[in-house]
Amino acid sequence: MNPIYVRRRRKDIVVRGLCFGAAAVGVTWLALILLTLLYNGIAGLNLDLFVADTPPPGSTEGGLRNAIVGSLIMTVIGVGIGAPLGLFAGTYLAEYGRNDKLTSVIRFINDILLSAPSIIIGLFIYGAVVVPMRGFSAIAGSLALAVIVIPVVLRTTEDMLLLVPNALREAASALGLPRSLVIKRIAYRAARSGLITGVLLATARVAGETAPLLFTALSNQFFSLGLNKTMANLPVTINNFVQSPYAYWKQLAWSGALLITLTVLALNIGARILGAERTAK
Amino acid sequence: MAVESNAIDAAGPYDRAKALSAFKLGDVTFYWITRLSAISVLLILGGIILSLIVGAFPAMKEYGFAFLWTQRWAPSADPPVLGALGPMYGTLVTSFIAMLIAIPVGLGIAIFLTELCPQWLRRPIGMAVELLAGIPSIIYGMWGFFVLGPFLANTFQPFMIKIFDGVPVLGAVFAGPPSYLSLFNAALILAIMVLPFITSISVDVFKTVPPVLKEAAYGVGCTTWEVVRSVVIPYTRVGIIGGVMLALGRALGETMAVTFIIGNSFRISSSIFAPGTTISAAIASEFAESDGLHQSGLILLGLLLFVLTFFVLAAARLMLLRLEKKAGR
Repeated sequence: MNPIYVRRRRKDIVVRGLCFGAAAVGVTWLALILLTLLYNGIAGLNLDLFVADTPPPGSTEGGLRNAIVGSLIMTVIGVGIGAPLGLFAGTYLAEYGRNDKLTSVIRFINDILLSAPSIIIGLFIYGAVVVPMRGFSAIAGSLALAVIVIPVVLRTTEDMLLLVPNALREAASALGLPRSLVIKRIAYRAARSGLITGVLLATARVAGETAPLLFTALSNQFFSLGLNKTMANLPVTINNFVQSPYAYWKQLAWSGALLITLTVLALNIGARILGAERTAK
Repeated sequence: MAVESNAIDAAGPYDRAKALSAFKLGDVTFYWITRLSAISVLLILGGIILSLIVGAFPAMKEYGFAFLWTQRWAPSADPPVLGALGPMYGTLVTSFIAMLIAIPVGLGIAIFLTELCPQWLRRPIGMAVELLAGIPSIIYGMWGFFVLGPFLANTFQPFMIKIFDGVPVLGAVFAGPPSYLSLFNAALILAIMVLPFITSISVDVFKTVPPVLKEAAYGVGCTTWEVVRSVVIPYTRVGIIGGVMLALGRALGETMAVTFIIGNSFRISSSIFAPGTTISAAIASEFAESDGLHQSGLILLGLLLFVLTFFVLAAARLMLLRLEKKAGR
């Protein structure tokens, strides 16, 4: 055979092999991380994890109830503040301001905020909320999470609303429906699964956020529901426990990590299935 | 007025006017709610910049530009001596090594997914890679500390140290002793974390290549690799660079994973197997217990990081926008 052809073919096979290897590396890595979590965390998964509070140093019984509840509260408040803001802002970009100068500026800034380091958001909330309030608080933590939620929801909302065919809007307008109702009754409904996808993705993103909580909500060893005080939360508790010398704390940290990861992955997969349904239609 | 009491009038013109004005009010209210929400994005950016500058001001006044090239970090000295050189060096070196690893692997996966992979495997593999992006960064940190760190310190690092021992420049880069906590370990974890960003953007931009171009190349007898190298990559170069910059922006600011495995040492060492620190790791590990000038110095570090990532991300977006225009959207 022609030696040039053989050389080209050999090169092609090598590159194909490398690409295949790269894909294998990516998949293996995910599997490795999940297996490590399961291996270390599964032993601690029991009822106590959910009904008992974090133990004092050296103790060998206790769970993560306060941290789980605290994380839930802060995530719910954060998404509760951030999601509507992001949703409305995305609505403006997609519905009212399509050819606006303001829209392109906001889209650009939003894309930057989307990838901005979350620790910077923590510093911002520290300066804007913690310092004026004279203390770390759950509400500051929630606000930090809300700032992270907004860009994610804004982006997906805009993308999803732009996918809604204009003919639907025109038909509704022709029937005399005012603009706001066209958006609320027609566009939102047509894009509903996409909008929910955005909120799910944002929830998944903040559920495991640690850096912005380190110096906004801080953490706490006890069960508390007060929003104006520090509040226990899973990520920071894991962060503190896993670096401690106590075996039981480490065990709790691994179980908490497993819990968070499973939650986040479930949210991600749920969002993707919803999103795929939409595009398949 | 009469409308409220009179049932017959209820269907009349009064009602219509009232309904229309209610619609109008609803319309205006909704418009302004959405507009103000959209503007809140700008306010957040303004708030971030303002609060960082206000917080960093005392440190700026105290240290001036010398902050940028001072290596010593002694917050408990009197007066505290603070310099950003160590964290800045760590941030740039870890991100650089991470990109060196993540770019070829990420592009490889993207090529595999778009050109080589059988259709039924595409979704599962694509999903697995994207799920890597969903795993919280603290989990990467724990995994890096308990699994990757020991592995690297016991096998990979001694191996590299032995190979390069005595080689002029590389010998210093790969100098011992092996350690769980090192710049290299942090960079490797960062590489895994940014991999999904490079892959998913590359897959997206690879899809913008008109099939005709590829078919023509295959038609004249090109191999898959030649099509990728001479058609796909030149056509999507701007987009790939945009994706890489986006990943770089992520790597520069990544916090928790790095904090776990970098060792938080402010000394600059020539070896990548030595502990170091990054801007975000320094803030994460010291901020909660800091006060006064020390805290202000940490905020100034945060401001530096924000400016750095802002420019990298802005450049990334501009490049991706250029490609979108080219694709005719």
